[in-house]
Amino acid sequence: MHTLEIHTSPHLHSGDSTDVILRNVVLAALPAAAFAVYAHGLSALLLLSVATASCVLTEHLLCRLNHRASTVGDWSAAVTGILLGLTLPPGLPLWMAAAGGGIAIGLGKLLFGGLGFNSFNPALVGRAVLQGAFPVAMTTWNTPFAADRFSSVPSSTMTWPFLQPEYDSVTGATPLAALKFESQGTPTADLAFGFVSGSTGEASAALILLGGVYLAARNMLNWRIPAAIFATVAALSGLFHAVDPQRFAGPEFMLLAGGLCLGAVFMATDMVTAPLTHRGVVVYGVLIGTLVTVIRYWGGLPEGVQYSILLGNACVPLIDRALQPRAYGRRQREASAS
Amino acid sequence: MGVPVTTAALEIRSFAHGVHPPEHKEDTRELAIRQFPFAPVMVMLLSQHLGAPTKPTVREGQEVARGQKIGEPDGFMSVAMHAPASGVIERIDQAPNSAGKMVPAIFLRPFPGSGQEVIEGQPCDADTATREEIITAIQQAGVVGLGGAAFPTHVKLSVKEPRHADTLLINGVECEPYLTTDHRVMLEQVDDIIRGVRYTLKASGADRAIIAVEANKPDAIEVLRANLPADLPLEVRVLKVKYPQGAEKILIKALLDREVPSGGLPIDVNVVSQNVATTAEIGRLLPLGRGIMERVITITGPGVERPGNYLIPIGTPLRFALDEVGLRKEATRVLLGGPMMGQAAASLDVPITKGTSGLLVFTEKEIVGTGESEYPCIRCGHCLDACPMFLNPSRLGLLARNRQYEDMAAEHNLMDCFDCGCCSFVCPSHIPLVQYFRVAKSILRERQAAS
Repeated sequence: MHTLEIHTSPHLHSGDSTDVILRNVVLAALPAAAFAVYAHGLSALLLLSVATASCVLTEHLLCRLNHRASTVGDWSAAVTGILLGLTLPPGLPLWMAAAGGGIAIGLGKLLFGGLGFNSFNPALVGRAVLQGAFPVAMTTWNTPFAADRFSSVPSSTMTWPFLQPEYDSVTGATPLAALKFESQGTPTADLAFGFVSGSTGEASAALILLGGVYLAARNMLNWRIPAAIFATVAALSGLFHAVDPQRFAGPEFMLLAGGLCLGAVFMATDMVTAPLTHRGVVVYGVLIGTLVTVIRYWGGLPEGVQYSILLGNACVPLIDRALQPRAYGRRQREASAS
Repeated sequence: MGVPVTTAALEIRSFAHGVHPPEHKEDTRELAIRQFPFAPVMVMLLSQHLGAPTKPTVREGQEVARGQKIGEPDGFMSVAMHAPASGVIERIDQAPNSAGKMVPAIFLRPFPGSGQEVIEGQPCDADTATREEIITAIQQAGVVGLGGAAFPTHVKLSVKEPRHADTLLINGVECEPYLTTDHRVMLEQVDDIIRGVRYTLKASGADRAIIAVEANKPDAIEVLRANLPADLPLEVRVLKVKYPQGAEKILIKALLDREVPSGGLPIDVNVVSQNVATTAEIGRLLPLGRGIMERVITITGPGVERPGNYLIPIGTPLRFALDEVGLRKEATRVLLGGPMMGQAAASLDVPITKGTSGLLVFTEKEIVGTGESEYPCIRCGHCLDACPMFLNPSRLGLLARNRQYEDMAAEHNLMDCFDCGCCSFVCPSHIPLVQYFRVAKSILRERQAAS
């Protein structure tokens, strides 16, 4: 005699799974992470490892504390960890990275109810808190390709917890800061391939885009978001550059310098904190692109990607409400002759 | 959105959104339709269609001949019923339907062996009969939509002034995986289909008829095109393979780029649509004045030993049907219909009805990925890209969890959901979205009925 199993339709599934999607985000970030280790050596490796470990550990411990099953298996904490690590300056004290990871997961995600319920990108929440708390450490950039990068770490990396770092290594200005404060340009090829100072993972635009293309090809990333951001930044900077090339940097610099690529590809596309509809993500992308351009041109900070995306996140409920899909049969489209 | 209208025959259309589940039609699409034997007891549910149940016209102990009318339509939104076999009416009692509910049914015990004669009623000729006569004949033949919805066909065809149908859509899409019922009917019963089109074109008053077929049935397309009569405004159009293109509203969008207004019917956009097997049934039954006694059904799936397409008597209990084709011991799930919208049978005492297009038996292997542990919604938006009605299943799912059913209907068009299951199919977090929506809709209907 057979036991019949009752289950509601559909009785088939595409096979996609949330943990697989998030695991692939980690995978897609690895080329950029590998380049960071190549450029900054042990300090970057330690920074990325500590940030990731801190996020995963925080998630696990807080779940346990709350008497719930640990949710580290969904890979979202690992995603937050590696992305946070990629946005931090390479010589940042490890204890600050660990604190950032705890804040990102605890304050940025679990406080809201965990995966799917947070309004702001957790990695950027962690980074924003660090930037507020440690403004000097968060804006001191070790120069890449130091000769001894694989044999020693800068003393700042190993700063004792709760102490401020001292810098013995060579630090340099990021291309954006060089332009803003010293009116100094940077060759485009150096920007595209990452031979510049900056956050651990933002340097190589090419490898970041590679990861993005991989995710988009597997339908794990909405390509419309980075496309809208890049198009907006390119259009606005192209316009202003044409008006006053001395004062306003051109599109290729604006697109490749700083954290725009990393932010547009890996941060703004965080599914949980981006709009749901295709029309919504375009508005969201244009908004972020505009904010980035405005902050970089007229703001007090040389870089504006982090705050632009957080502000974009804040607008998501509004965008989602305003741009619902038009349901079938609800409003006839105007008959078009073409 | 809709592909711009270009020339001619090779044009392949479809609709936006939808999904591509694996088709799995190869097991049965080459197998010719075979006659199924009579079960020892047949169970004729009085309600096999949408609308008022059939009124039985026989009593317990009465002997009936195959094809004899055993029930009359109870009003316009109802149809007649005929004995699928010669035999004796054992009792009129309760039997389980596919939803697991006990409903009234006629139990018929066929005579063994001989005497399976068909009684002929009033023949109806397509050329001489009036519209009204054809519509009555269809109702008297007990014909309902064989595609699954089981909507009384004559009701659809009764287009009342000032409404007018410019297109009669013959639905041969069969987008459900595994099922090859309509495919075989198109290959083997093309004359019946053409005759059915003659009847239904006249009955509906439509200007033209289109047979819609998906591109995965090239042989059926060829046979249909080769047999198109010159004197009928009838053509065959090919659609890209996509689920749920066989759903009436979606097919109308894909083929004609028209949208049936929310809560409306195809006739609101000047269309009448019916399933291709229904059309064949009308073409076969009406010239002889017969009633529907059997239908073509695909019995398949890895849990079945001898899959195939069978001409099965209406009222055959699942247990008998599955015993005949051999049920493997690994079988765990028996589905009435296809895997996307089919209902899991709670009991093998449920009989085949006019609306049963398939019987699909799954083992543990096929159901991997359904019923897995859930993750929270990560707002990936895949469900929005899949929903053929352009709803927001992600948002609806959240509202369902909060039991905000009224908001779901008022602000997010819940009632337009027709349970196609695309959202659940794609959801990487394995959230049972369409099940939430079914529950929400039935709660809202109950509340509405109560108020």
